[in-house]
Amino acid sequence: MEEILKNQNPAVDYSHPILTVQDLVVKFNLRSQVLTALRGINMELYKGESLAIVGESGSGKSVFCKTFMGLLDNNGWIDKGAIHYGGYDLTSFKKEKEWIKIRGKRIAMVFQDPMTSLNPLKTIGKQIQEAFTLHNKVSKEDAKKRTLELLADVGIEDAERRYKQYPHEFSGGMRQRVVIAIAMACVPEILICDEPTTALDVTIQAQILDLLKKLQEKYGLTVIYITHDLGVVANVADRIAVMYAGDIVEIGTCDEVFYDPKHPYTWALLSSLPQLGVKGEDLYSIQGTPPNLFQHIQGDAFSARNPQALKVDFVARPPYFEVTPTHKARTWLLDPRAPKIEPPPQIKNITNISRGGDLD
Amino acid sequence: MAEYASDALVSVRNMEVTFGTKRKPFVAVHKVSFDIYKGETFGLVGESGSGKTTIGRAIIRINPLSDGEVYFNGERISGKISKELDRDVTKNIQMIFQDPMASLNERAKVDYIVSEGLMNVRKDLSKEEREKKVEAALLDVGLLPEFASRFPHEFSGGQRQRIGIARSLIMEPKFIIADEPISALDVSIRAQVLNLMSKLQKEHGLTYLFIAHDLSVMRFICDRIAVIHKGVIVELAETEMLFAHPLHPYTRALLSAIPLPDPKSERHKKLLVYDPSCHDYSVDKPVWTEIEPGHFIMGNQKELDGYRARLAKN
Ligand SMILES: Nc1ncnc2c1ncn2[C@@H]1O[C@H](COP(=O)(O)OP(=O)(O)OP(=O)(O)O)[C@@H](O)[C@H]1O
Ligand SMILES: Nc1ncnc2c1ncn2[C@@H]1O[C@H](COP(=O)(O)OP(=O)(O)OP(=O)(O)O)[C@@H](O)[C@H]1O
Ligand SMILES: [Mg+2]
Ligand SMILES: [Mg+2]
Repeated sequence: MEEILKNQNPAVDYSHPILTVQDLVVKFNLRSQVLTALRGINMELYKGESLAIVGESGSGKSVFCKTFMGLLDNNGWIDKGAIHYGGYDLTSFKKEKEWIKIRGKRIAMVFQDPMTSLNPLKTIGKQIQEAFTLHNKVSKEDAKKRTLELLADVGIEDAERRYKQYPHEFSGGMRQRVVIAIAMACVPEILICDEPTTALDVTIQAQILDLLKKLQEKYGLTVIYITHDLGVVANVADRIAVMYAGDIVEIGTCDEVFYDPKHPYTWALLSSLPQLGVKGEDLYSIQGTPPNLFQHIQGDAFSARNPQALKVDFVARPPYFEVTPTHKARTWLLDPRAPKIEPPPQIKNITNISRGGDLD
Repeated sequence: MAEYASDALVSVRNMEVTFGTKRKPFVAVHKVSFDIYKGETFGLVGESGSGKTTIGRAIIRINPLSDGEVYFNGERISGKISKELDRDVTKNIQMIFQDPMASLNERAKVDYIVSEGLMNVRKDLSKEEREKKVEAALLDVGLLPEFASRFPHEFSGGQRQRIGIARSLIMEPKFIIADEPISALDVSIRAQVLNLMSKLQKEHGLTYLFIAHDLSVMRFICDRIAVIHKGVIVELAETEMLFAHPLHPYTRALLSAIPLPDPKSERHKKLLVYDPSCHDYSVDKPVWTEIEPGHFIMGNQKELDGYRARLAKN
């Protein structure tokens, strides 16, 4: 516990959330069927922190963050709940005009898919420049200068030449760096990075994460990382939110979630790390498929895939149980009446993974 | 190297791929040679823009070679080939593409996307047989059979990537080029897909070229790994050998940067930075050398001496 408190980021003010989400429900209409993507999420985001959101594909990470920017697809809507930010309830925004004050300027997003967020018909330079001039009145020369700076910042060499090129002339990884430059153009207050480094090789990834950390420190930026890479999470996150089937099932500091996880889904997630696998043998993997979001989910959404599920898991949705003031999980295992079930032993090996050679 | 190794399924010889115009050529892949043996998983790792995808696309005949050859089962498949051989290549070599969004036809239903390639080579299948195969392929990659009637935009990034994998698997190919097949997937689906790839490999004797930047995953799945930097392969070794004795400064930089899922070790991580100007190749030219059995490296005589000294110390 001491160690955990010591490792909290001192630059973060945990008494005042910068953004508060209350009981958020998001639904989508799909050919006259209704899909519930978010099932009553509560979350607080603190100024200056980096929060990592992890969880299975389709668990709602992207949809969740898109609600902060009014970017839900047309067939989706906020059914219930509130998002308090900067004196507004973002869920009440109806018009594009209201979003313009927030989107790109105060909250910016780096998308998962670099190809869809870049316009194939415009040069890279123009696209970065536009993001900047949309909110800042500057001369053409200054805008270009800033654009070249941004390109250099995200590790693109030969910025003058690259400035004039089109997205298809860039490799997958370089495109993603451009997207990061676009998001950083206005130095937002909250930066949401949706899988920001999946397309990057590890050395550039480490540099980009470093860059984001430096920008974060310099501008007091609050960063939300959505990522599948638990290595990235271990590197950047102050806190981790674990999502499953449209809900946050566990949230805590980085150390709490890695070294003292409580939810069976978090256990399963850590157990499937390739670093914990034995070559030639199967990796641990979660059986079954995630619940069908078209249907009402009874009890703990993970129960059907949890071989050690309790009876109550199939009946009632667990509330949050507090483990520490910074750590809580939605699992009946934390109920005082629950039987004692130990986490899988292999996740203790997390502290024994090595990089290889003489590099550790 | 011999024209092709007899036990190699795929032999790449002096592959060069050039983009741009005659007047302003850009060489993305420089005289690369390697063999991929039957049944193995061969990893290709390197920084963004180093030419990994280009090599994969050149093997599968999307990118033309400006020099060199590619052999499949001892037969040259690069350059001009017969229609028959081309059809063979299409069936036997499948590529799982890096960018799940760009590679799926947005107007087609999943059912069509997954079975499209199959329909081209298996016109004899009945509707029911085809649907059965689609269903099996979707289940194999952890998607629900009901998804067959949905459109790609209705899926999350990871789900879309799995559609792409299902589309390759359904062809029952001999050789799969998996270009960052699991980068967009969450850890638990990753494990399923890796297990699935291993299972298919064991059952069907599949061979993989596995392109990725996640060295932790490569360590787990690859038999051998080639490290590529700016279109040049700089080091190639059996996986554990590479991790035990990384020699080339670029490989060492890559390994030092691996993100480990352990917050404490990440806090104390020391990054090695690779500076290509550390090589002085003005007089003493680099050569591709087998520095220990099965461990190849690009270096000049002076560097090779240094690498040998480091090996002796280990
Ligand atoms: N426009 C849409 N129409 C219908 N369903 C949608 C739409 N967008 C998302 N969904 C559904 O909402 C759920 C959450 O999707 P989301 O994209 O947030 O997942 P995610 O956690 O970001 O996954 P990934 O890690 O794969 O990106 C999924 O079941 C998805 O199929
Ligand atoms: N069609 C093309 N036209 C011009 N240049 C190209 C083309 N395709 C790739 N290139 C260039 O060739 C080089 C290698 O690109 P490639 O896509 O093979 O890289 P990669 O190793 O797969 O990178 P990443 O990890 O980012 O996917 C890059 O400099 C890229 O800009
Ligand atoms: Mg997503
Ligand atoms: Mg690529």
